[in-house]
Amino acid sequence: MSNPTADRQLTAEGVAAELQKFLRERTKTDWEPDTDLFASGSVSSMFAMELVVHVEQTFKVAIAGPDLKIDNFRTVNAMTALVLRLARADDTA
Amino acid sequence: MSKEEPTPRLAVLGAGVMGTSITTLALIHGVPVVLVESDPEKRAGARARVERELRTAQLLGARPDIPEGELVISASAADCRGADVVIEAITEESGLKVKALTEVDAAVGADTALVTNTSSIPVDELAEALPHPGNLLGVHFMNPSYLIRTVEVIRGSRTGERALASVERLLTALGRRGVRVGDGPGFVTSRVLHRMINDAARVVQEGRATAEDVDTLMQECLGHRTGPLRTADLIGIDNLVDSLKVLHERTGDEGCRPCELLLRKVADGELGRKSGRGFYTYAVGL
Repeated sequence: MSNPTADRQLTAEGVAAELQKFLRERTKTDWEPDTDLFASGSVSSMFAMELVVHVEQTFKVAIAGPDLKIDNFRTVNAMTALVLRLARADDTA
Repeated sequence: MSKEEPTPRLAVLGAGVMGTSITTLALIHGVPVVLVESDPEKRAGARARVERELRTAQLLGARPDIPEGELVISASAADCRGADVVIEAITEESGLKVKALTEVDAAVGADTALVTNTSSIPVDELAEALPHPGNLLGVHFMNPSYLIRTVEVIRGSRTGERALASVERLLTALGRRGVRVGDGPGFVTSRVLHRMINDAARVVQEGRATAEDVDTLMQECLGHRTGPLRTADLIGIDNLVDSLKVLHERTGDEGCRPCELLLRKVADGELGRKSGRGFYTYAVGL
């Protein structure tokens, strides 16, 4: 039986690195994994939906219900944890 | 919403940026909406655009924990029949708005309040061409409507008490606070903001600062929430130019004549967030 997470080889380091790359391209700023993207005001809350779509398309996960909240997208670490949790849930479904 | 007040019935004309945003605001507050869009292509994509806005509202914590209102998408103004309030949110062009409002007036009863979401055309100018001018007033919702809790309410010289009361009931149901202002080109917000955005764009046009630097200075020195040029991208640069033209034509204020950079961006299809590029770049449609 195939294992989607294994097929995608999702690791915390890999997910975080991809997210940091995307953020660097879009905001022209380097982001530490635990820095709140929205606290400084340099990233608008409207950018958060762009992050959601990027995460869904890049990591092939669906974000809905209680997971669709800003706290899951505040930091690279929060997004990484969400991606890994959703991908593992897919695998066990 | 008060238990004594029945849920208002709302119709929205135009499934563009503002029509979609206002529809989303209503649905998350449990208010049913008939969304009328005459353009087949825009109509076909309307439900998906509303769904995306509903997701954004949830993401940003703007969605009350109540059942969503029902959405009906229609091609015909006749389907506004039965609405308590009809809000037009179509292109910022006086003739088009009068035509749309006249069609709706023929479909709805004399008790239905008609609202223009114009950002700059005086209410009286539209009302004088309508069969029931007393039914019209202006409510200037900002984008995104579900995040910005205050709206500008414009009472024309002929706006009746009944229409005003209907709209105030709707705003209460939507959790919005209305600030009532006098009629005139651009009212308060557009008269002040759009001229300022035009000046900000002119500074970039003259090569004296980048868009990022203009916005950073306005945010970090003057406390502007997003910066004028990010705001331009959110409004839609084509809509902004239309509004500036209305202001320039009606006030004669040269500061409101759209600057070359704004006109060039419109000609190049760089309309802001909705087209994926304006002063900044975006994922298309976000």
